[in-house]
Amino acid sequence: MLDRIAHAQHAIDDACRKLGRQITIMEVCGTHTVSIFRSGIRSILPEKVKLLSGPGCPVCVTDQGYIDAVMQLADRDDCLIATYGDMIRVPGSNGSLETRTTRGNVRVVLSSEDALQLARERPDKTVVFIAVGFETTAPATAVVVKEAAGEGIENFCILSGHKLVLPAMRTLLGGMNDRIDAFLCPGHVSVIIGSGAFAEIVADYRRPCVVAGFEPVQIVEALAEICRQLADGRAELKSLYGAVVTGKGNVAAQRIIEECFEPADGFWRGLGKIAKSTLVLREQYRRFDAFQRFGLEDGPGKDNPGCRCGEVLCGQIDPSECSLFGTRCTPAKPIGPCMVSSEGTCAAWFKYGRRG
Amino acid sequence: MIRQMTTEPERILLAHGGGGQLTSQLIRERIVPRFRNDALSSLADSASLTLASNAICFTTDSYVVKPLFFSGGDIGKLAVCGTVNDLAVCGSKPLALSLALIIEEGFEVAMLERILDSIGEAANKNDVSIVTGDTKTVERDSADGIFINTAGIGVRLPNVEPGVDRVQVGDTILLSGTIGDHGMTIVSQREGIRFESQLASDCAGLAELTCSLFTNVPGIRFMRDPTRGGLATTLNEIVEGSRLSVEVCEREIPVRPEVQAAADMLGFDVLNAANEGKFMAVVAPEAADECLRICRNHPLGKDARIIGEIVQTRDKPLVELRTKIGGRRIVQMPYGRELPRIC
Repeated sequence: MLDRIAHAQHAIDDACRKLGRQITIMEVCGTHTVSIFRSGIRSILPEKVKLLSGPGCPVCVTDQGYIDAVMQLADRDDCLIATYGDMIRVPGSNGSLETRTTRGNVRVVLSSEDALQLARERPDKTVVFIAVGFETTAPATAVVVKEAAGEGIENFCILSGHKLVLPAMRTLLGGMNDRIDAFLCPGHVSVIIGSGAFAEIVADYRRPCVVAGFEPVQIVEALAEICRQLADGRAELKSLYGAVVTGKGNVAAQRIIEECFEPADGFWRGLGKIAKSTLVLREQYRRFDAFQRFGLEDGPGKDNPGCRCGEVLCGQIDPSECSLFGTRCTPAKPIGPCMVSSEGTCAAWFKYGRRG
Repeated sequence: MIRQMTTEPERILLAHGGGGQLTSQLIRERIVPRFRNDALSSLADSASLTLASNAICFTTDSYVVKPLFFSGGDIGKLAVCGTVNDLAVCGSKPLALSLALIIEEGFEVAMLERILDSIGEAANKNDVSIVTGDTKTVERDSADGIFINTAGIGVRLPNVEPGVDRVQVGDTILLSGTIGDHGMTIVSQREGIRFESQLASDCAGLAELTCSLFTNVPGIRFMRDPTRGGLATTLNEIVEGSRLSVEVCEREIPVRPEVQAAADMLGFDVLNAANEGKFMAVVAPEAADECLRICRNHPLGKDARIIGEIVQTRDKPLVELRTKIGGRRIVQMPYGRELPRIC
């Protein structure tokens, strides 16, 4: 393994020498962020290579307006909130779900199926599934919506915060962050949408896009591939995650997303309103939409004062440039979502990299 | 129509903890016979013990694990081994334990008996006696099945006085075996996740091995069992106590592949996962080989490794990990409970 690392490091060094300038690469997957920090990849890269953590953590990119809608539902006596664990500590304008758990109407689930099962077991409550995540988790949400419709489980609905990766990448390159030279493309999302989906980024913006899995060696090799392309003046799409990711992706999963959801304009933390970037339920499943059922608005929210998570998500600043980082905002007492989620950039910086 | 006969299992009643006949019956018939020894059999208000030395170690711990039964152990075995290990890593030979049970009304007596059997077996295996105890019952929903507290006494081994203040720059850090087995077993069983390969807790009493080490090797400076919070917490405790820094090598830290797979899937850092049958020791460099040899000759130490060393603090004291790919990162004490990841 160390041979492969040394080989990749050599290629990166060569590219740096050849280019003679800083190389900025953004990863758009929270799992990559964690793997990069946990394995100490930043410490073996030359100073000229700068890694940015992009909008890849599903909890982090969720707008404050959505969090506040969740909190409104958590305060209702007729609702039972079923949520993935990461969401529980994200601070809204008025407390987090964690502060509501003592009332007994917030449950942590590991899958959308668990949420639907909860609805079957608790006919006295409306179970609201907090459906966040990118194309990776959207198929599982679609499956339970179809199941609920088929079985007529009317005390179930979802608050869809599902987001699409490509519109976010386009928005970043469309003026929000000109520093990005290339993307380390997400492994999990690529399993669903296929590596071919990133071809449009390569074609429209001439940025190398390399898909990698989560083994540290493969990540370093992907960074080397990016550096080689940049040094040669090439911009190509390449997948190193060939064993798992195909060019076309998981067609069955794409089909079920398409069947249940349609893209709509949506709000992202930091990135603002992006056209056709979120998934909302199609007309035939609209009755399972918690926004509609409870008359909630999915508008932009107001970030907690001083919190710069939005800029962190766009790769505009490093977490350490936020004055709250490590002082008023820590994993024990987070102010912004990037410090809460296990995949959040600020949490990773705090946990693994504070010294340097 | 044929009706199937079902027998309702015998259950704990509130009266079993009421101090009357039912309590007495429960103690005399179900508990005492399992742990027979002179100090306990008299059923006096306290146990009288005669110890070989007046240098003793004394500890207590409460056990609230969920699920009560898990692969590799149960709450009973854990309640014995956990307290035995707390005594053992302080350089003592564990002798006697107390056993306090807090049982929820309606708990199945058969399940209680399984737990008591397991306590008896673990006590025998670790050569400790259950010398005194207590049984309380609480209303339904006031506890989750059963909670157990054990306190323990051990006699300190002669000329042995480990302490974090004795740790010095250049000392070697030894780990007795694989990490994360207990934590990942409990988490996956609790979340109802089945992994193809079977995870099992490492729950075991370490006193035999630690006594052998303390008796035969003079250079053991400090020892601790990395339970809740895992190895990351224990390493950080060395730093806090000594103000020196720690450098460990990821490649040398043994982790079973199935434990690593479970940790990866659930988004856990295996360094933070609990262990219940491992110890970490800081030993003088010249004592390291002998410690390793003794460990590897014992079934509970066969995977023992030297994982790192104590180094001079440069900027501020911290734990640094040399990663498998040759990088470096710091290891912090985990915050509370790690949450499962969502994508």
